[in-house]
Amino acid sequence: MSAQLLSIANASIAFGGVQALNSVSLDVPSGAIVSVIGPNGAGKTTLFNCVTGVYRPEEGSVRLGENELVGRKPHHIAALGLARTFQNIELFGRMSVLDNVLLGRHLHMVVGPLRAALFGKKVVAEEVAQRRKVEEVLDFLDLQFARDRFVMHLPYGVRKKVELARALALEPKLLLLDEPSAGMNAEEKEDLVHVIRDIRDDMGVTIILVEHDMGLVMGISDQVAVLDHGEKIAHGTPSEVTANPEVIRAYLGTDSTVQTALGDAAEDVVKADEVAP
Amino acid sequence: MNNDELKREYREDLTLFEGPWSRGLALFFVVALIVYSQFFAGNYVVFVMISIVLFVIAAVGLNLLVGYTGQISLGHAAFMAIGAYTHVILYSKGAPLLVTVPAGALMAAILGFVVGIPALRLKGPYLAIATLGFQVATDQILGRWDSLTGGRMGLGVPGPEIGSYSLAEPRTYFLLCFAVCLLVLVGAYNLTRSRIGRAFVAIRDNETAAEAMGVGLTTYKTMAFAISAFVTGLAGALFAHLSDRINPSTFNLFLSIEMLVMVLVGGLASILGSVLGATFLIMLQQGFAGASEYQWIIVGTILIAVLLFEPMGMRGRWLRMKYYFKAWPF
Repeated sequence: MSAQLLSIANASIAFGGVQALNSVSLDVPSGAIVSVIGPNGAGKTTLFNCVTGVYRPEEGSVRLGENELVGRKPHHIAALGLARTFQNIELFGRMSVLDNVLLGRHLHMVVGPLRAALFGKKVVAEEVAQRRKVEEVLDFLDLQFARDRFVMHLPYGVRKKVELARALALEPKLLLLDEPSAGMNAEEKEDLVHVIRDIRDDMGVTIILVEHDMGLVMGISDQVAVLDHGEKIAHGTPSEVTANPEVIRAYLGTDSTVQTALGDAAEDVVKADEVAP
Repeated sequence: MNNDELKREYREDLTLFEGPWSRGLALFFVVALIVYSQFFAGNYVVFVMISIVLFVIAAVGLNLLVGYTGQISLGHAAFMAIGAYTHVILYSKGAPLLVTVPAGALMAAILGFVVGIPALRLKGPYLAIATLGFQVATDQILGRWDSLTGGRMGLGVPGPEIGSYSLAEPRTYFLLCFAVCLLVLVGAYNLTRSRIGRAFVAIRDNETAAEAMGVGLTTYKTMAFAISAFVTGLAGALFAHLSDRINPSTFNLFLSIEMLVMVLVGGLASILGSVLGATFLIMLQQGFAGASEYQWIIVGTILIAVLLFEPMGMRGRWLRMKYYFKAWPF
């Protein structure tokens, strides 16, 4: 793995009395697929919002490559090559799918209001060039059938895809997916796995996802970070994380049988340590 | 389905008119209106036509803000006033008309930009009240700044001239207004289908997502206010020559509301809608000129009916008609 693309260092933020993030650090290497998991309310989406500039962490830093992101506005951060999708789909309902995805090309277009009003050759050339890019993205996600339909008239699963298409149209270096598989059936989820892999492998985009479907997370991720009550309790490869007792406690609670099982496991670890020199 | 309707290139999606039929229809209307105004219409009718054309411009300006960008304004009569006063003051001092009219629009744009700044924090009803404040304040300032604006008495408006060529004749002045109107219509339509227009609509539909995709809210909201005020100010500057004097009460709150009615009845986020809405409302007013006390009863009833039964306004009716006749007579 090459250098770190994104490094979050000791990010903290509180809402009133709730410490939503407590000194969370996370490094994301370039070209990796990293999942952030955790129980509801663990701070996963808050972490995303701190990275994308929706919230400003009270402490700590978030760096994308050379650039510090804390204190920048979301549209500046987008211009640095970061795109995201949202947990509750945030699309432009009264725009066509084509226009939604074209808006993803906004930062790649330069025409100002005066030129736009005249709509001369240069504007037409730019629109056509961007349209070509958009069609590539629509092809990639099989969305051609919905091109001219209003987003508000589309079913949920298609909207999720449109949102992903819009994010990809930005040609980001880093893509943040907030629960991409929520509301999808098994077949759609399987498609999604391939799509996410292709985005990384063919487009070279680094991906961070927040996800609740453990099968998907463990199957696709290079690294998994686990948040609970605003703190990062584990970070490692999928197999390391599944075996981590802290993670099991966070997910399953401290039921007596689990605790016993964990206790045994912990004893084994202690014994193993004693045996080792 | 006609084979000609199949598009083969992306640029075919970017033409001004959809196919030869709508281009022909638009051309027919333009020629017909010019011929009618020059050779058939009496002075009164031409006067009504000028009002319609100017309020089409103003309504397009307001629609860019309300319909496309989703920001309400109750202060657009004030932008008209600023356009009109700036133009008249400069024009009376001897500057040429072709300079002072754009100058009026530009002054309105600058103030539009300033009014746009609070809009970054205010939404919905709060923004409505803030722009209402702007409307009332402008009225008061124009009414009391005697040395510049002539106070409540207003300013005398010299007859319109370009060089030594007089436009005082209504039918000649109509040609100027009509030309400006066509330019505004094409420009506004172009703007709405460009990157800028998409950013406006994105802000209207979902600010969070727009920002996350790289649309700076500060830039685009103030830009929407400035462009909207520019276009409305342009209408205001040309409007000044419809009477011998301008005074602050011409551009009162009622006019702001009338413009909003034009935009709503015509259809939000539609250039064609603004044309239909402004035409409809001005003709209605002229129709009730003798019984103006009933005028607002009718307008109010129509407004409620539109909101209830056709939220897309007259443009919605037009679209439905078009689809219906596409397959006609089957």
